[in-house]
Amino acid sequence: MNTMIFIFEEIYKILFLLIPILVSVAMIVWLDRRVWGLVQKRKGPNVVGPFGLLQTLADALKYIFKEIVIPASANKVLFILAPIITMTLALIAWAVIPMSADFVLADINVGILYLFAVSSLGVYGILLGGWASNSKYPFLGAIRSAAQMVSYEVSIGIIIINVLLCVGSLNLKDIVMAQKDLWFVIPLFPMFVVFFISALAETNRPPFDLPEAESELVAGYQTEYSGMMYAMFWLGEYANILLMCAMGSILFLGGWLPPIDIFPMNIIPAPMWMILKILMLFFLFAVIKAVVPRYRYDQLMRLGWKIFLPFSLIYVILTASFLYYFDKLPKAGV
Amino acid sequence: MIAHAFFFYFFSIMAIFSALMVIASRNTVNSVFFLILDFISVGCLFIMVGAEFIGMILLIVYVGAVAVLFLFVVMMLNVAQQKQSWFIGKKATHIPSGLLVGLLIFLELLVVVGGWQYKDNLMSSSTLIINEQISNTHQLGNVLYTEYFLYFQLSGIILLLAMIGAIILTFRKRDNVKTQSYLKQISRDRSSSVILEEVKFNKGVKVDD
Repeated sequence: MNTMIFIFEEIYKILFLLIPILVSVAMIVWLDRRVWGLVQKRKGPNVVGPFGLLQTLADALKYIFKEIVIPASANKVLFILAPIITMTLALIAWAVIPMSADFVLADINVGILYLFAVSSLGVYGILLGGWASNSKYPFLGAIRSAAQMVSYEVSIGIIIINVLLCVGSLNLKDIVMAQKDLWFVIPLFPMFVVFFISALAETNRPPFDLPEAESELVAGYQTEYSGMMYAMFWLGEYANILLMCAMGSILFLGGWLPPIDIFPMNIIPAPMWMILKILMLFFLFAVIKAVVPRYRYDQLMRLGWKIFLPFSLIYVILTASFLYYFDKLPKAGV
Repeated sequence: MIAHAFFFYFFSIMAIFSALMVIASRNTVNSVFFLILDFISVGCLFIMVGAEFIGMILLIVYVGAVAVLFLFVVMMLNVAQQKQSWFIGKKATHIPSGLLVGLLIFLELLVVVGGWQYKDNLMSSSTLIINEQISNTHQLGNVLYTEYFLYFQLSGIILLLAMIGAIILTFRKRDNVKTQSYLKQISRDRSSSVILEEVKFNKGVKVDD
């Protein structure tokens, strides 16, 4: 009986995490299109529901009722598996994101490594989708995206090392608590910028949306997908973007901590701060989508390997030397 | 405890099954996907024994990077449908060398598994102090960067050499390649790139010079 209660409790907890994420993904899609519209002096979606808030739900409903077309020459198992993998990976990563000091599903020792591993697995959904479609545009999109995501992962990894040098722990809660006095965005500001740009590339957002560059590749790896399967790719993509924003706010913006621990700021509950920071980063994502033109592919690779990688490596050395010289290195085992 | 056993058997059966499917599946791309599944199951087993750092690094390095490159190569070379031609044609030269490597690895495994009782002696003769209080990431770091510092650096240098070697092997110097100089592009200004010229009737202007 006890185990049953335990299992139901866990399922309840997971649902309590997943449903808000899915709803906020829907809202974030609306926000994205709205910001995009406003930058271009359009109105954006504003018809369905108040301010057009229900637009994404209407879209999702449309996708559910559309027919799923599977190309005759596609590898059917992998073709169906690809959007499932994308969405699952985007959602399981949220298990370790702490919304406040005691509001986290799984508080594991290697939280940041888990996040990094899951986000690096995200490439498989795209690769599988592109290859299993057995069509040239999806394949080109998948190849591009694989190279792009692997390249930018490297610099994200090194940026994480920068932060970890200052923290001395891989636990996400410890990373946030280490920023109690000073958010890492101040001493590591260049790394924050590099992280943000790499996150754009890692989630295939403009200006790095070459895997689905509509002017050259129709819709990249999603070309052959329709109906609910396309919607799953779409949801997974936006859940990944939210995840990157959450990662950015945990690593650099102090997670759930208020900017200054004084009266009017510290009565706002901790998860609200986290959500505010995620929204702020997402707003930047949305504005950048609207204002920046797409990169050329060789420029993208050059930026990743020849600029970001050496720069973040040099910054690792700088951070380590600074911490060592001023005897500020975090003590092991604490 | 039952759940633990269940997950252990699930992941180990998954690992063995996918390892078999890597060599049994006819489609090379499917083989790579089974290899990935194998890596993931082994990573989960590592996490189950409490070596969470190694498990995660396995996922990041092998699944996140190495297997992507495997897939890349397999997809690009278009060797997806092998149709077992290695075993049908006369050039079945891969089989003896494959068998030799397999035999060697099997012998090595025998040595390791046969020497299982050495493990206790090995553990007791080790000078390492295992502190149960701190996480295994800290533990690894403490050992790796102090006692085994030299080996760590050496393995790093070996990897670096391998990388440089691979680059040199594949590098071809090509002539007549048009490249863009970013510095030149940025430092261009109006005076060096635009000229305003009066065009005389019936004479035109000379643009190439």
